[in-house]
Formats: sequence, structure tokens, C-alpha cells
Amino acid sequence: MADAKVIPFDDDRSRTGGPARPARRRPSGGGGRGPTAASAVGTAAVSALPGQQDASKQPQGPQRAGQQGVEPDGRGGWDRRIAGGLAFLRRRVTGEYDVDEFGYDEELTDQVLMSMLRPVYEKYFRVEVKGIENIPSEGGALIVSNHSGTLPLDGLMLQVAVHDNHPAGRHLRLLAADLVFMLPVVNELARKAGHTLACAEDAERLLRRGEVVGVMPEGFKGIGKPFGERYKLQRFGRGGFVSTALRAGVPIIPCSIVGAEEIYPMIGNSKTLARLLGFPYFPITPTFPWLGPLGAVPLPTKWTIQFGEPISTSGYPVEAAEDPMLMFNLTDQVREQIQHTLYKLLVQRRSVFF
Amino acid sequence: MLVTGAARQLGGRFVRRIQRDPGVDRVIAVDAVAPGHGLGDADFVTADIRQPAIARVLAEHSVDTVVHLDVSAKAVGTGGRTTVKETNVIGTMQLLGACQKAPSVRRLVVKSSTNVYGSAPRDPAVFTETTPPKSLPSGGFAKDAVEVEGYVRGFARRRPDVAVCVLRFANILGPQADSPLADYLSLPVLPTVFGYDPRLQFVHEDDVVDVLGVASGEPRRGTLNSGTFNIAGDGVLLLSQCSRRLGRPTMPLLLPAVTWVGQALRTVGMTDFSPEQIRLLTHGRVVSTVQMRETLGFHPRFSTAETFAEFAGSQGPGLLPPEAVGRAVDRLAAMPFAAAGGDAAGITGAGDTEPAPSAR
Repeated sequence: MADAKVIPFDDDRSRTGGPARPARRRPSGGGGRGPTAASAVGTAAVSALPGQQDASKQPQGPQRAGQQGVEPDGRGGWDRRIAGGLAFLRRRVTGEYDVDEFGYDEELTDQVLMSMLRPVYEKYFRVEVKGIENIPSEGGALIVSNHSGTLPLDGLMLQVAVHDNHPAGRHLRLLAADLVFMLPVVNELARKAGHTLACAEDAERLLRRGEVVGVMPEGFKGIGKPFGERYKLQRFGRGGFVSTALRAGVPIIPCSIVGAEEIYPMIGNSKTLARLLGFPYFPITPTFPWLGPLGAVPLPTKWTIQFGEPISTSGYPVEAAEDPMLMFNLTDQVREQIQHTLYKLLVQRRSVFF
Repeated sequence: MLVTGAARQLGGRFVRRIQRDPGVDRVIAVDAVAPGHGLGDADFVTADIRQPAIARVLAEHSVDTVVHLDVSAKAVGTGGRTTVKETNVIGTMQLLGACQKAPSVRRLVVKSSTNVYGSAPRDPAVFTETTPPKSLPSGGFAKDAVEVEGYVRGFARRRPDVAVCVLRFANILGPQADSPLADYLSLPVLPTVFGYDPRLQFVHEDDVVDVLGVASGEPRRGTLNSGTFNIAGDGVLLLSQCSRRLGRPTMPLLLPAVTWVGQALRTVGMTDFSPEQIRLLTHGRVVSTVQMRETLGFHPRFSTAETFAEFAGSQGPGLLPPEAVGRAVDRLAAMPFAAAGGDAAGITGAGDTEPAPSAR
């Protein structure tokens, strides 16, 4: 914390920092709002695990009658899971599944992509989520978040955070840069995970369909900024996200992500290599590219994702979306709120890694 | 009513269909070559729309509705890309010139294609009729379609009394489809672009004929049938889904290699694997059909998936028929249960963590 230049503007908090600490330790210990949904999944897995161990021990002894008596629930659960898995496999190999017009493959995302991201989310970055109740249970909403970390892992974690923590299990539809859709493999996965190009048409279409859309207006300026500028919000594009939200009449939910800045401390930027490869920046971190692929492993920082109070856009008339002054004001309001929350979370944070 | 491109499968079907319409007195079918299929009671006139003679045909029969279907990606019979391009572009110019001189013409329907939007990573996911393409097609049929639409717009300006309807069809598919994409999907092994899974939309031939009927007649109450409309079936299929439903294995190739394979296949004459087609198979294309539903008042009978199922049914089984693959999975499901009298299933399954997370 000492290294991040934070203005301790919240005096009472820093004074009551001592007593408040144990209270905060508890959530990170495993009881907080973040891990609740996760632990529900975890307990399900745990309840099944003893069954598995029992079963694997029992083949040595006489098992047939015994096992069925001992673990009927665990057995049934596993059978169901296997049957579900095979049904899933069958649908996949015969192509009998649906995608929406953006190429979003809900089944694949829920069953495979999310399952692959979840360990990273739960075990590696130990993401703590606050203010999930600010996301409405139905209808469109635009989540506006800061962007950092050299690689857009924060977007993926945000997607898992919204889906796993929200009581309605809402799916976040992220808006991604055009580079994502130019790269092979990446574009395919991004489309299937429900991401689409960050342009007003797509965003408005999704919002009008009542989806929760995530956008990171800082773009490459935010994600590719040097380590020294961490947690300093960059310019929020041209504020196109505000006019889109206004036109669609959906609330804007500011979101602050703490922890993603430190996963790849970018100490340099090789402009030549970036230009050569056609990327907006080419990061040089203490480990990358020196250690090769090993250097691409992110640092296991502790993350906090805080969703702020929604900013309603329903009170404005239709033509307000054409008013540049109002757009700038609203953009600034969103930006300030995210920056403010970032500082607040940084003050509360005990260390980068715990 | 005058219909161009009658020698094609689609033109022939439309001619046969439209003469049953009570509002249509007479149908004059025009093409440069005689059709191989019957045209019913329609008068067939052998005329090349690339020649000024078409104006005489228009005047002679005092045509009031012109349906221009001779805009295609594929030549009839032999004839290379040059002939196709000439028919598309020069033919349209001549036909429109003739229409402009013919005072009897009241309605013009032009078959175009969603190819005019191009296909680029920077495009929005869904095109509406007003979306400007980020990158104009550099050549091939897509460029033809863009030019044809340009001429049609010019004609609409010069003859404001003529109701002009441009129908941008998504990939037309059906049991008898003859389009480059249908040829591609008939290959035993589908070469695909590695790392891309394009979104595709299809429209059924029957729906094409129906919507042409809607556009060439008087508009129904509360609808408007002049303007530009995207015509596509509901829903979207990914190329990977298509290949699995067809039962044809894919062969992912790196982008440059796809271009070579495309050229090779074109040289052999198996399929017209043009650059624009490769772009379609890389980035895909989806159009919005809201205008079609709300303004034109047309509701297609076949969704994209149903259209594809019809097409797949006409294709015969591929190397990996979905039923066989499905059965293989079923056998896999039955195997451990049957092998160890049921109990071992739980154990092998529990030890094998693979299905567990995916079943979650």
C-alpha cells in the first residue's frame, strides 16, 4: 500500500482502521459476500467428494451392497452429473445448440468457459465482490468499469463475478476492442463468451434486449498504462457509453476493480515491437518477456470488485443524448465515482497480495 | 410483369409461382439462354439484358413491373467471372436504362445480397439496412451487388414515380440451391479458417420466392414494399454447428493457406472460393430483419436452422453423420454402466473429473 500514492481523504476510516480490520479480515477469510455463492458451489463439490473417496476405497472390500446403502445421494449426484455431461457432449458433437445473433453460446459459456475461469477467480485472485445488489435483477444496465492489467483479465473476472454472485445469475455481455475480433482463436472464444465489438450499435442492441452490458471506456489507454500510473483513471474515451445508455434508457453502474493493476507490473513498453506486431502496446514487466511463457503468469494479487450506486438515466429526454455538455458532465460523474471508490478500496486494502 | 434471370432455378420457380397470382395478367420471362425447366404459361423471350434490345421487349409488352433477378454470384452453365460480372453490372445498367425510357413501368424489384455489407472485424455484430460498411468489398460478387445497388438508387432518383424495392438476401439455401456457399457446404471436408467461427444466416428458397411475390405486388394494408430490406431467416448458425449438423468434418487452415486452397479449388472448378467468401467464412455476417417484419410485413416460414436442416437433408450423409456421432456418445454413456454392472460407473465417473465440471 505504501507504494501506491493514495490520498487518505477519508479520515475516520484511517483512524478506525485498526478496529475495522478484523471485521474485514473475516470476509476475506471465507465468509464474505464474494465467496458465498462460490462456497455454495464448493460445498456441493465437498459433499460429493467424500462419496468419491469412499467409493475409491471400497473396491478393495465387499462393496456392492454396502456402497449403495452408504452413499445413495452421492452416487445419484454423480450419475446425474455424468448423464448431464454426456448429454452436453452429445448436443455439442451434433451441433444441436443455439447461439444468439452475437454468437453468444450460453451453454458453452456456463458449462465450460466459466468453469475454466472459476478456479482463477476463486483461488488465484480470490475476488471479493461488493455491492452486487446495485445490478438490477432484470432489464438492461450498463456496467462501467476501470480497465487495467496489461491483459484484459479484469473483464473476464468481472464476467464471472456478475454471474456467480448475482442472485438472478445474470450474464454480463462485455464490449471488447476491435483487436480482440481480429485475432484468431481469441475472437472465436470472445464471441462465444458473449462479448461483442465496442460500438454504439452493438451496445444499444444488447441494452435494448435487456442485457447487462459491461464496458471499460478507458480502453487501451487504461489497460496499457505503465505501473507508475496505476489506479489513475485515464480519459473515458469520448463518453459514447453515456449517450448509448441514455438512448437505451438504462442505468449506469460504476464499477471499481482493485487488484488487477498489479498482476503484470508494466515497467516498459516496447513501441517498436508493438508497431511490428500491430498491437497498441507491447508490455515489458519484470518477468516478461525475460522468462518466456513463465513470465506471462500473472502475480497472485487479491482483487476487490465494487459495484457502485446506479446512476439513473431515465429522467432525461430523448434529445439529451445529443447534448455534448450533458454527456461530458455525466461521463465525469461516472469517472469521479469510480476513481473515488478506487481510492477508498485502496485505503482499505491491507496488502496487494492478501 | 417482366422477370429477368428466368433460366436460373430461382427465376424459374418465381415465374411459375407468380403467374398463379390473380393480380398478374402476363409474365414475360427473360434470359440470355433458354431455361432447362418449364415456365408454365409465361412467355419466354430470349434476350440478353446486356444488349439494348431489352428496351424493345419492355415497350412491346408495356411491362408495368420489372423483377430483376439476374444478379448472381454464379454463372449459368459455363462462363467465367467476367461474364457474371458483365451480366450483373452491365445488364443492370441496360435494364435500368430501358426502364427509365419505358413510361409503363411502375414497380421495380431488384435481388441484391447482404454481401454488400462486406465482412470485417470492425463491423458491428448485426447489420441494419442503414449500416455503412466499414470496408467496401474489393471485388467479386459483393462489389457487383454494391454497384448494382448504386445504379438502382440513381434510377430511383430519376424516376420517383417508380416504386423501387431492393431485397438483400442472406445466403440462399434449400434443396436445390446453387450458390457458392451451397457448393462449399457440399464439399466432403470443409476447409475452415483456423481460429474463427463465423456466424451465418440462411434464407430458404421458398421464402425467397414468397418475398419476391410480396415485393412485386401491391403493398398489403399497413405495409410498405418499396425501399431496401434485409431478408434472412430467424436465428444464427455458427459454421462449426453447420459442419456438425451436416456431418462433414472441418479442416482448420491458417488464413493464408485457406486462400491457397480456395485458389486450388477454383482452378479445379469445384467451387468458387472467392476472397469475399473467405472473408464471410472468417468473420461471418448477421443482418437485422426488423424492417422485413415490420415495414415489409413478411414473416419467413423457415428459420436459419430449419433452412439448414432442409439443405442438409438434401445433401445426403457426410463422413461423420450427426446420428452416428450421437450414437457413439450414447454408447460411451452406456459403456461403463453396462461393463461393471452399474456400480463401477459411479467410481469411474467419480474418478474422471472431466464430465463433472461441465455438468455443473
